[in-house]
Amino acid sequence: MSKCKAGSLKSRFFGIIGATAILATAFPAWASLGGDAASIQADQVKMQGTRRMTTAQSYTVHEIQAANGTVVREFAGSDGKVFAVAWHGPWMPDLHQVLGTYFDQYARAAQSQSGTRMGRRPLMIQQPGLVVQNGGHLRAFSGRAYVPEMLPSDVRAEDIQ
Amino acid sequence: MKNFRTFLTLALCGVAAFLLACGGSSHPSNVIATSGPNVAAITVNGGPVGNYVDAAFTSVTVCVPGTSTCQTINDILVDTGSPGLRIVSSVLNIALPQQKTTGGNPIVECLPFVASYTWGPVETADVEIASEKASAVPIQVLSDTDFTVPTACSSPYPPNSSADTVTALGANGILGVGLLAQDCGTGPECVTTGSAGLYYQCPSQACATTGTLTGEALAQQVTNPVALFATDNNGVIVELPRVSAVQATVSGSLVFGIGTQSNNGLGGATVIPAPAGSLTAIFNGQSYPASFIDSGSNGYFFLDTNLPSLPLCSGAEQGFYCPNSTQSFSATNQGSSETINFSIADAATLLSPNESVYADLGGQSGGPPPGYFDWGLPFFYGRNVFVAIEGTSAPGGQTPYWAY
Repeated sequence: MSKCKAGSLKSRFFGIIGATAILATAFPAWASLGGDAASIQADQVKMQGTRRMTTAQSYTVHEIQAANGTVVREFAGSDGKVFAVAWHGPWMPDLHQVLGTYFDQYARAAQSQSGTRMGRRPLMIQQPGLVVQNGGHLRAFSGRAYVPEMLPSDVRAEDIQ
Repeated sequence: MKNFRTFLTLALCGVAAFLLACGGSSHPSNVIATSGPNVAAITVNGGPVGNYVDAAFTSVTVCVPGTSTCQTINDILVDTGSPGLRIVSSVLNIALPQQKTTGGNPIVECLPFVASYTWGPVETADVEIASEKASAVPIQVLSDTDFTVPTACSSPYPPNSSADTVTALGANGILGVGLLAQDCGTGPECVTTGSAGLYYQCPSQACATTGTLTGEALAQQVTNPVALFATDNNGVIVELPRVSAVQATVSGSLVFGIGTQSNNGLGGATVIPAPAGSLTAIFNGQSYPASFIDSGSNGYFFLDTNLPSLPLCSGAEQGFYCPNSTQSFSATNQGSSETINFSIADAATLLSPNESVYADLGGQSGGPPPGYFDWGLPFFYGRNVFVAIEGTSAPGGQTPYWAY
């Protein structure tokens, strides 16, 4: 993966336009995983974050540094669709927002795990259409989510972090 | 001469038998403090609902500040992975004063865990555990109804994920005795802007519509009560005996202070500095730099991408490992020469309704691989684990640290 300086400027430019557009529409539809570039901008605004962009062969990583210190990386393919998100930092990002339309699937899968025995542990979802690995503890959360069939052919799961 | 040889043989056998009995494991048996003004009894059992696994509980007394109006509450989860006392509203029978902004609005907290959150007002209590006392401690009282839950608090989670009832929490409360003194900290996202998302001011009960995030001064934040004890306030030792693979229950001690009394010296324990709240575990040649020791986690949580011998469970035990046969592993933590030997058994066959102590329970860590080692409660069996609080002075080096 190589850093793309031109892309960084471009993303900042789009970020400003995105922010303006979103303020005008008052409340943007949330979408990130599975969403398009506009959804990344929506996330950036929601997180009051700054954004940096790096490109690899077949995808672009949009890194949003939220005002509260949490970092969210959104991986977009050449079609502009976000196929993976990863996060780390002191506070959990709003997964409703970053998982977008996949949040309901995540929520259903998570609830099916609340078995009969109590305990505090990481939340791991491994389904054909969705993988979520969510863990950590207070002031050190980390996790990622991706849609396996959306991964570009040159992306390995370990690249997503 | 023959008699002497027989005697010598018997004596040597006796010594050998003694050594085998006492030295058969990788680390010596731990000595558990049984009584003292700084010793609270802890028990690993199913908790008040009866369904918890690998969790230690204790009793805490809370009082209206400066009065003798007090209540002792049992079945409080001992958690070295978080700071601060949190009590479920329904078990609290005394009225504690609500913390308010200078403008008079109640302060209410949203505390994030991975799969759940706690929500409820910040109130002030004098806290007594064993004979240790702390005055005017900000605590969280867990309730979804005293103030309605803002969307920003609940929305990262599946519906109904608050852990604010005894049933949902599996405990009457949480006693957070971790490395941190306060739950949010000194950053501007905590004390100035509130963008950490923990503290709200709620002008009315309808906080979901009227509440706003607020900065919370360090001294007002929910605080590890140990840090506010008059004495023995630099940390704790969690002391649990070695156990067999599966047991109904086991008892031990939560000792307050490190090197402050005759019963809480570091002894031969190795200090592992944790300036950033983490340690580095080393496993199969791979480093896991975001690792931690957490009595509130109920298993060994780690990921070994090279080991397909550890399949994840399906169904209700998802997240735990379900190997066909019990697997043995070893790891070290950077800074300690001790080899930590541990085993992972099949959680699906292991977990039984009548038992709560599982020495060989484990699961996959969260986050992107390789993730981290979460040394949960099974790590504590047979070890005295020291937790020195940030910003305090303790023997053995800079705080915060773990030692064992």
